[in-house]
Amino acid sequence: MELGLVIEHYVLLATAIFAIGAIGFLMRRNVLVQLMSIELMLNSVNLTLVAFNRRFSGDMNGHMFAFFIIAVAAAEVAVGLAIVLQFYRLRGSVHSDEASSLRH
Amino acid sequence: MTPGSVLFAVCAALCLSGALLVVTAKNPIRSAMGLLTTIIGIAGLFLRLNAQFLAAMQILVYAGAVVILFVFVVMLLGPGAGADAKPLQRPSFSQLVAGGLVAFLGALAIGLIGNGDEHLFGPIDATTHGSVAAVGGRIFKQGLVPFELATALLLVAVVGAIAVARSRPSGLRPKAKVVENPTTRMFKGPVNRPGAAGAARENA
Repeated sequence: MELGLVIEHYVLLATAIFAIGAIGFLMRRNVLVQLMSIELMLNSVNLTLVAFNRRFSGDMNGHMFAFFIIAVAAAEVAVGLAIVLQFYRLRGSVHSDEASSLRH
Repeated sequence: MTPGSVLFAVCAALCLSGALLVVTAKNPIRSAMGLLTTIIGIAGLFLRLNAQFLAAMQILVYAGAVVILFVFVVMLLGPGAGADAKPLQRPSFSQLVAGGLVAFLGALAIGLIGNGDEHLFGPIDATTHGSVAAVGGRIFKQGLVPFELATALLLVAVVGAIAVARSRPSGLRPKAKVVENPTTRMFKGPVNRPGAAGAARENA
Protein backbone atom coordinates (compact mmCIF):
# COMPACT_ATOMS: atom_id res chain seq x y z
CA MET A 1 0.00 0.00 0.00
CA GLU A 2 1.22 3.46 -0.76
CA LEU A 3 2.37 5.25 2.35
CA GLY A 4 0.47 8.39 3.18
CA LEU A 5 -2.63 7.65 1.17
CA VAL A 6 -4.59 6.53 4.18
CA ILE A 7 -5.97 9.01 6.68
CA GLU A 8 -4.80 6.89 9.63
CA HIS A 9 -1.19 7.77 8.89
CA TYR A 10 -1.89 11.46 9.16
CA VAL A 11 -3.98 11.10 12.30
CA LEU A 12 -1.26 9.03 13.96
CA LEU A 13 1.44 11.51 13.00
CA ALA A 14 -0.65 14.43 14.25
CA THR A 15 -1.34 12.55 17.49
CA ALA A 16 2.36 12.04 18.02
CA ILE A 17 3.17 15.71 17.37
CA PHE A 18 0.33 16.84 19.64
CA ALA A 19 1.51 14.52 22.43
CA ILE A 20 5.09 15.78 22.12
CA GLY A 21 3.84 19.37 22.26
CA ALA A 22 1.61 18.74 25.26
CA ILE A 23 4.37 16.93 27.13
CA GLY A 24 6.79 19.72 26.33
CA PHE A 25 4.34 22.28 27.63
CA LEU A 26 3.88 20.38 30.87
CA MET A 27 7.48 19.32 31.48
CA ARG A 28 9.58 22.30 30.46
CA ARG A 29 9.74 25.40 32.63
CA ASN A 30 11.15 27.77 30.03
CA VAL A 31 8.34 30.05 28.85
CA LEU A 32 9.79 30.29 25.34
CA VAL A 33 9.86 26.53 24.96
CA GLN A 34 6.34 26.33 26.33
CA LEU A 35 5.15 28.78 23.66
CA MET A 36 6.88 26.69 20.99
CA SER A 37 5.12 23.60 22.33
CA ILE A 38 1.80 25.39 21.90
CA GLU A 39 2.77 26.04 18.28
CA LEU A 40 3.49 22.34 17.83
CA MET A 41 0.01 21.46 19.07
CA LEU A 42 -1.64 24.01 16.80
CA ASN A 43 0.30 22.65 13.83
CA SER A 44 -0.79 19.10 14.50
CA VAL A 45 -4.41 20.21 14.62
CA ASN A 46 -3.93 21.96 11.29
CA LEU A 47 -2.60 18.71 9.85
CA THR A 48 -5.67 16.74 10.92
CA LEU A 49 -7.99 19.43 9.55
CA VAL A 50 -6.36 19.35 6.13
CA ALA A 51 -6.16 15.55 6.09
CA PHE A 52 -9.85 15.16 6.89
CA ASN A 53 -10.70 17.77 4.30
CA ARG A 54 -8.77 15.69 1.76
CA ARG A 55 -10.73 12.61 2.84
CA PHE A 56 -14.18 14.23 2.73
CA SER A 57 -13.44 16.65 -0.03
CA GLY A 58 -16.80 18.17 -0.62
CA ASP A 59 -15.72 21.71 0.14
CA MET A 60 -12.78 23.70 1.53
CA ASN A 61 -14.01 24.07 5.08
CA GLY A 62 -11.00 22.32 6.63
CA HIS A 63 -8.64 24.59 4.74
CA MET A 64 -10.60 27.63 5.88
CA PHE A 65 -10.37 26.62 9.52
CA ALA A 66 -6.65 25.86 9.19
CA PHE A 67 -6.18 29.32 7.68
CA PHE A 68 -7.90 30.95 10.65
CA ILE A 69 -5.85 28.86 13.07
CA ILE A 70 -2.67 30.10 11.41
CA ALA A 71 -3.85 33.72 11.77
CA VAL A 72 -4.80 33.28 15.43
CA ALA A 73 -1.52 31.49 16.18
CA ALA A 74 0.44 34.38 14.70
CA ALA A 75 -1.46 36.87 16.88
CA GLU A 76 -1.01 34.68 19.94
CA VAL A 77 2.74 34.43 19.42
CA ALA A 78 3.11 38.19 19.01
CA VAL A 79 1.29 38.96 22.26
CA GLY A 80 2.85 36.02 24.10
CA LEU A 81 6.39 37.04 23.23
CA ALA A 82 5.69 40.63 24.29
CA ILE A 83 4.51 39.28 27.64
CA VAL A 84 7.64 37.12 27.88
CA LEU A 85 9.79 40.21 27.31
CA GLN A 86 8.00 42.09 30.09
CA PHE A 87 8.24 39.07 32.36
CA TYR A 88 11.98 38.92 31.77
CA ARG A 89 12.34 42.61 32.59
CA LEU A 90 10.32 42.14 35.78
CA ARG A 91 11.95 38.97 37.09
CA GLY A 92 15.21 38.64 35.16
CA SER A 93 14.30 35.11 34.15
CA VAL A 94 12.04 33.18 31.78
CA HIS A 95 11.45 30.40 34.26
CA SER A 96 7.68 29.95 34.46
CA ASP A 97 7.77 29.12 38.17
CA GLU A 98 8.94 32.70 38.75
CA ALA A 99 5.51 33.99 37.70
CA SER A 100 4.10 33.83 41.21
CA SER A 101 3.07 37.43 41.90
CA LEU A 102 -0.60 36.50 42.09
CA ARG A 103 0.03 33.66 44.51
CA HIS A 104 -1.21 34.65 47.95
CA MET B 1 7.82 3.18 -2.87
CA THR B 2 6.20 5.84 -4.97
CA PRO B 3 7.38 9.48 -4.85
CA GLY B 4 4.34 10.28 -2.71
CA SER B 5 5.34 7.67 -0.16
CA VAL B 6 8.87 9.02 -0.04
CA LEU B 7 7.55 12.56 0.47
CA PHE B 8 5.29 11.40 3.29
CA ALA B 9 8.06 9.45 5.01
CA VAL B 10 10.57 12.29 4.76
CA CYS B 11 8.10 14.90 5.99
CA ALA B 12 6.89 12.71 8.85
CA ALA B 13 10.49 12.13 9.95
CA LEU B 14 11.15 15.88 9.75
CA CYS B 15 8.06 16.63 11.84
CA LEU B 16 8.82 14.12 14.56
CA SER B 17 12.53 14.88 14.85
CA GLY B 18 11.83 18.62 14.93
CA ALA B 19 9.14 18.22 17.57
CA LEU B 20 11.46 16.14 19.73
CA LEU B 21 14.19 18.73 19.29
CA VAL B 22 11.82 21.50 20.44
CA VAL B 23 11.04 19.68 23.65
CA THR B 24 14.46 18.25 24.50
CA ALA B 25 16.89 21.01 23.51
CA LYS B 26 18.46 22.99 26.32
CA ASN B 27 19.18 26.01 24.16
CA PRO B 28 16.03 27.90 22.99
CA ILE B 29 17.69 28.64 19.65
CA ARG B 30 17.86 24.91 19.01
CA SER B 31 14.22 24.64 20.02
CA ALA B 32 13.35 27.33 17.48
CA MET B 33 15.25 25.44 14.79
CA GLY B 34 13.33 22.30 15.73
CA LEU B 35 10.08 24.24 15.37
CA LEU B 36 11.24 25.39 11.93
CA THR B 37 11.95 21.77 10.94
CA THR B 38 8.49 20.68 12.06
CA ILE B 39 6.86 23.52 10.18
CA ILE B 40 8.66 22.69 6.96
CA GLY B 41 7.70 19.04 7.35
CA ILE B 42 4.05 19.95 7.85
CA ALA B 43 4.17 22.21 4.80
CA GLY B 44 5.42 19.22 2.80
CA LEU B 45 2.55 17.11 4.13
CA PHE B 46 0.15 19.87 3.09
CA LEU B 47 1.55 19.59 -0.44
CA ARG B 48 0.99 15.83 -0.33
CA LEU B 49 -2.62 16.52 0.67
CA ASN B 50 -3.18 18.92 -2.26
CA ALA B 51 -3.26 21.99 0.00
CA GLN B 52 -0.94 24.24 -1.97
CA PHE B 53 -2.32 27.49 -0.59
CA LEU B 54 -1.98 26.37 3.01
CA ALA B 55 1.53 25.06 2.39
CA ALA B 56 2.54 28.51 1.15
CA MET B 57 0.79 30.15 4.12
CA GLN B 58 2.54 27.77 6.49
CA ILE B 59 5.97 28.69 5.16
CA LEU B 60 5.16 32.42 4.99
CA VAL B 61 3.53 32.87 8.38
CA TYR B 62 5.20 30.25 10.55
CA ALA B 63 8.68 30.02 9.10
CA GLY B 64 8.74 33.65 8.01
CA ALA B 65 7.16 35.35 11.01
CA VAL B 66 6.68 33.13 14.05
CA VAL B 67 10.08 31.45 14.12
CA ILE B 68 11.79 34.77 13.36
CA LEU B 69 9.93 36.34 16.28
CA PHE B 70 11.11 33.55 18.57
CA VAL B 71 14.69 33.98 17.41
CA PHE B 72 14.48 37.75 17.91
CA VAL B 73 13.21 37.33 21.45
CA VAL B 74 15.96 34.84 22.26
CA MET B 75 18.44 37.35 20.90
CA LEU B 76 16.94 40.16 22.99
CA LEU B 77 16.97 38.12 26.17
CA GLY B 78 20.55 36.99 25.64
CA PRO B 79 21.94 34.29 27.90
CA GLY B 80 18.95 34.61 30.25
CA ALA B 81 16.77 32.91 27.66
CA GLY B 82 18.33 29.53 28.30
CA ALA B 83 17.60 29.46 32.01
CA ASP B 84 15.51 26.37 32.48
CA ALA B 85 14.32 24.15 35.24
CA LYS B 86 16.26 23.31 38.27
CA PRO B 87 16.75 19.55 38.29
CA LEU B 88 13.52 17.92 39.34
CA GLN B 89 13.84 15.55 42.23
CA ARG B 90 10.47 13.90 42.48
CA PRO B 91 7.69 13.51 39.91
CA SER B 92 5.62 16.66 39.98
CA PHE B 93 1.94 16.92 39.18
CA SER B 94 2.75 18.12 35.66
CA GLN B 95 4.90 15.08 34.99
CA LEU B 96 2.18 12.75 36.21
CA VAL B 97 -0.31 14.48 33.90
CA ALA B 98 2.15 14.18 31.02
CA GLY B 99 2.67 10.48 31.68
CA GLY B 100 -1.05 9.87 31.80
CA LEU B 101 -1.47 11.76 28.53
CA VAL B 102 1.19 9.63 26.83
CA ALA B 103 -0.47 6.45 28.05
CA PHE B 104 -3.90 7.62 26.87
CA LEU B 105 -2.73 8.72 23.43
CA GLY B 106 -0.67 5.56 22.99
CA ALA B 107 -3.66 3.40 23.81
CA LEU B 108 -5.75 5.47 21.40
CA ALA B 109 -3.20 5.05 18.61
CA ILE B 110 -2.90 1.29 19.17
CA GLY B 111 -6.67 1.00 19.11
CA LEU B 112 -6.75 2.99 15.88
CA ILE B 113 -4.19 0.70 14.23
CA GLY B 114 -5.79 -2.48 15.48
CA ASN B 115 -9.17 -1.42 14.15
CA GLY B 116 -8.27 -2.93 10.79
CA ASP B 117 -10.22 -1.10 8.12
CA GLU B 118 -8.30 1.83 6.74
CA HIS B 119 -9.76 4.82 5.00
CA LEU B 120 -8.27 5.64 1.64
CA PHE B 121 -8.38 9.15 0.30
CA GLY B 122 -10.96 9.46 -2.40
CA PRO B 123 -10.40 10.92 -5.83
CA ILE B 124 -10.38 14.69 -6.11
CA ASP B 125 -10.06 17.29 -8.80
CA ALA B 126 -6.36 17.91 -8.31
CA THR B 127 -6.38 21.17 -10.27
CA THR B 128 -8.84 22.99 -8.01
CA HIS B 129 -8.65 21.22 -4.64
CA GLY B 130 -6.65 23.40 -2.27
CA SER B 131 -5.84 26.03 -4.85
CA VAL B 132 -5.83 29.72 -4.00
CA ALA B 133 -9.03 30.21 -5.98
CA ALA B 134 -10.89 27.42 -4.19
CA VAL B 135 -9.83 28.33 -0.65
CA GLY B 136 -10.21 32.04 -1.30
CA GLY B 137 -13.67 31.53 -2.72
CA ARG B 138 -14.65 29.52 0.33
CA ILE B 139 -13.29 32.16 2.70
CA PHE B 140 -14.88 35.11 0.94
CA LYS B 141 -18.23 33.47 0.29
CA GLN B 142 -18.87 31.52 3.47
CA GLY B 143 -16.39 32.95 5.94
CA LEU B 144 -16.32 36.64 5.24
CA VAL B 145 -17.29 37.81 8.73
CA PRO B 146 -14.70 35.60 10.49
CA PHE B 147 -12.14 36.73 7.97
CA GLU B 148 -12.76 40.39 8.76
CA LEU B 149 -12.74 39.60 12.46
CA ALA B 150 -9.38 37.88 11.98
CA THR B 151 -7.99 41.04 10.41
CA ALA B 152 -9.24 43.05 13.40
CA LEU B 153 -7.71 40.46 15.72
CA LEU B 154 -4.33 40.75 14.03
CA LEU B 155 -4.43 44.53 14.21
CA VAL B 156 -5.35 44.50 17.90
CA ALA B 157 -2.66 41.89 18.57
CA VAL B 158 0.00 43.97 16.88
CA VAL B 159 -0.98 47.14 18.76
CA GLY B 160 -1.25 45.22 22.02
CA ALA B 161 2.11 43.54 21.54
CA ILE B 162 3.78 46.91 20.92
CA ALA B 163 2.04 48.45 23.94
CA VAL B 164 2.99 45.57 26.23
CA ALA B 165 6.57 45.32 25.04
CA ARG B 166 7.28 49.06 25.21
CA SER B 167 5.98 49.83 28.68
CA ARG B 168 8.30 49.38 31.63
CA PRO B 169 7.16 47.05 34.41
CA SER B 170 7.35 49.88 36.99
CA GLY B 171 5.14 51.99 34.73
CA LEU B 172 2.17 50.03 36.02
CA ARG B 173 2.41 51.85 39.35
CA PRO B 174 1.71 55.54 39.89
CA LYS B 175 4.66 57.85 39.64
CA ALA B 176 4.86 58.56 43.39
CA LYS B 177 7.79 56.91 45.08
CA VAL B 178 6.34 54.15 47.23
CA VAL B 179 8.43 53.97 50.38
CA GLU B 180 6.56 51.74 52.75
CA ASN B 181 5.10 48.33 52.07
CA PRO B 182 1.49 48.97 50.96
CA THR B 183 0.13 45.83 52.63
CA THR B 184 1.20 47.03 56.06
CA ARG B 185 0.06 50.57 55.34
CA MET B 186 -3.55 49.63 54.65
CA PHE B 187 -6.30 50.89 57.03
CA LYS B 188 -3.87 52.48 59.41
CA GLY B 189 -4.38 56.16 58.90
CA PRO B 190 -1.69 58.70 58.17
CA VAL B 191 1.94 57.93 58.75
CA ASN B 192 3.37 59.20 62.02
CA ARG B 193 7.02 59.67 61.38
CA PRO B 194 8.65 61.42 64.37
CA GLY B 195 11.32 63.02 62.23
CA ALA B 196 8.84 64.34 59.71
CA ALA B 197 6.49 65.66 62.38
CA GLY B 198 9.33 67.37 64.18
CA ALA B 199 10.53 68.97 60.98
CA ALA B 200 6.99 70.19 60.24
CA ARG B 201 6.69 71.73 63.70
CA GLU B 202 10.00 73.43 63.33
CA ASN B 203 8.98 74.83 59.98
CA ALA B 204 5.74 76.13 61.46
